[in-house]
Amino acid sequence: MATPYLTHPARIVARRTETAGIYTFTTRFVDPAARAAFRFRAGQFNMIYAFGVGEVPISIVSDPEDPATLEHTIRIAGRVTGVMAKWDVGDVVGVRGPYGNGWPVERARGRDVVIVTGGLGCAPVVGLINYIFRRRDQYGDLHILHGVKTPNDLLYRERFDQWRREPRTRVYLTTDHPDKSWHYRIGVVTELFDELAAPASAIAMMCGPEAMMRLAAHALRAKGIADDAMFMSLERRMECAVGMCGHCQYRENFVCKDGPVFSWRAVKELTRVSGL
Amino acid sequence: MNEATRMPKAALDNLIAILGREGYRVMGPVARDGTVAFDEIRSAADLPVGIRDAQEAGRYRLAPGIDGEIFGVVNGAGSLKPHFFAPAEPLLEIRRERRGFKANEIASAAPPHAFIGVRACDLAALAIQDRIFLHDRFRDAHYELRRKDAFFVAVDCTRSAPTCFCVSMKTGPRATAGFDLALTELPGGFVARPGSPAGEAMIVKLGLSAAGGADEAAARALIDECARGMGRRMDTADLPRLLYDEAENPRWREVAARCLSCANCTMVCPTCFCHTVIDQTEIDGNMSRRVRKWDSCFSLEHAHIHGINLRPKIHDRYRQWLTHKLASWIDQFGSSGCVGCGRCITWCPAGIDLTEEVAAIRASAGKG
Ligand SMILES: Cc1cc2nc3c(=O)[nH]c(=O)nc-3n(C[C@H](O)[C@H](O)[C@H](O)COP(=O)(O)OP(=O)(O)OC[C@H]3O[C@@H](n4cnc5c(N)ncnc54)[C@H](O)[C@@H]3O)c2cc1C
Ligand code: SF4
Ligand code: SF4
Repeated sequence: MATPYLTHPARIVARRTETAGIYTFTTRFVDPAARAAFRFRAGQFNMIYAFGVGEVPISIVSDPEDPATLEHTIRIAGRVTGVMAKWDVGDVVGVRGPYGNGWPVERARGRDVVIVTGGLGCAPVVGLINYIFRRRDQYGDLHILHGVKTPNDLLYRERFDQWRREPRTRVYLTTDHPDKSWHYRIGVVTELFDELAAPASAIAMMCGPEAMMRLAAHALRAKGIADDAMFMSLERRMECAVGMCGHCQYRENFVCKDGPVFSWRAVKELTRVSGL
Repeated sequence: MNEATRMPKAALDNLIAILGREGYRVMGPVARDGTVAFDEIRSAADLPVGIRDAQEAGRYRLAPGIDGEIFGVVNGAGSLKPHFFAPAEPLLEIRRERRGFKANEIASAAPPHAFIGVRACDLAALAIQDRIFLHDRFRDAHYELRRKDAFFVAVDCTRSAPTCFCVSMKTGPRATAGFDLALTELPGGFVARPGSPAGEAMIVKLGLSAAGGADEAAARALIDECARGMGRRMDTADLPRLLYDEAENPRWREVAARCLSCANCTMVCPTCFCHTVIDQTEIDGNMSRRVRKWDSCFSLEHAHIHGINLRPKIHDRYRQWLTHKLASWIDQFGSSGCVGCGRCITWCPAGIDLTEEVAAIRASAGKG
């Protein structure tokens, strides 16, 4: 008997504070067999368990080539992630996975990649960007677009500045409400698309608030990018991650097993109705 | 052997006794709390003999029926569901250790169950739950443990409740699959037919002999009459397209004004599978159990993620429930999520009737 809910102890071997309230934990399964058996694809996620509190879905941001060491960037958002803020090196946490389909990194090979994020930064996208940089010659130009409400919401500012210096990489940043420190664009994320110089053959991958992704999809469509060449990572509540608990349903989709990454073609119709 | 046999009513006690000797915990519809639910039985006397149910939207009563009729109650609030997909069940025991913790599965060691008096709709519902818990990408070990050794004695419906619509959902009133033995109750005895090798063996153990053509014809006639007199119906033609296209039909708001979001419909539904998993921690803090509990798409937490409820309005939640049941379920699992048992109609305190809601949406489609 093996319940799909079985979680496996994993030890935290490193902890990094990204910014106040966002931490990256590096973990290794305690059981060497579990460590050896684990494989994942870019954009998949794990269920992370806090003893006595609960379990939440969290993306894997480290590189799939090193599946023995897993990195998760966690934003403190509520009851379960709240206790994760106190986790430190040496602590043992529960990990089970990997789940979901992941980013279409194979399909993107040889093409320009447009990455759109918004809001409080998006961990899955950081993993994706690092994945592409590690295999830079396999991909065309990289266009990173990111919009925030206020400059204070721009996490990883140094990281954006670092990406901007990479070859064949363009970073487009914007804010709705600038302050004196802001030397990027002003306006909503969709206005960034006026500047975007990506060919119609590019593939787009997005993560962030759904309203933002919807606007971005329309803007990219106007640039000639096809509905089935745009992908977005969705977030829903998940208790099981294996298509049994019913929580992550998005009409006919189970976000846990049919997603979390969906093509715009698959969800376009759904995004028109609120509360689905 | 697939032929019908004649089974005297007194042989039911014999069947219960044999199943008991073979190690089964024998379950049957038992009257309690003003309704019936599957519970352990020792003899046919534990069944609601001579009792019938009176059901309507938002209303359920047990009342004197016909003397000697054993399976006069069509159905009650309790389906097979809680006996396979438990309402609350510990899945894991997580024990703190000096450096970390250890997670162990909790295996339930209950004896196999035999169910007597299962209706065709409930067998169809169990087959639907099998698709979720056994035949998808992952298998649920706790469900499988109880499911694999169960024995089912079906009873064909010769009478329907006014809330029933199994004919529309093509699941009844005659049991066609998923049973070991099926009975049709006639005034003077049962016609019994096997549905599996175990059922064939049981007929031999019971020493039943072939039924006469007249008995078989009488059984057929009663079932056919029941089908013709079905209380409700639902037009299922193109339902997924209809409900998807009508996601913004004003009817959702209209029904939401009556719906209390109490979740009764999802609790009594034999196919609803939503659940949550919570931690129950021992007082000393060294052991925590991961307990699975039924949940409902009507709860405020169901679509909650990091501080946002994605279905804040009752009409969002009612639409999710009905659209899942009748439309997206077909995309997900290849069949409707509704078997037409009518429980959600009977047990809704507001008397909301999904057949009526579907008809109203169909009638106003494209006009919204
Ligand atoms: C595929 C996927 C990938 C994700 N990747 C990441 C990632 O890489 N990094 C990241 O930071 N986030 C990620 N998320 C989001 C993350 O899963 C959520 O932020 C997290 O689930 C929030 O959990 P919480 O308990 O901290 O927040 P809450 O919103 O407080 O709670 C979560 C749930 O617990 C319930 N709850 C709250 N309080 C109680 C209580 N007292 N008793 C009982 N129940 C209660 C709530 O109803 C809620 O549904 C991802 C989500 C998905 C779906
Ligand atoms: S939706 Fe209602 S009628 Fe259909 S199976 Fe569930 S409880 Fe029965
Ligand atoms: S439809 Fe009826 S039973 Fe279901 S949640 Fe609404 S009020 Fe409760």
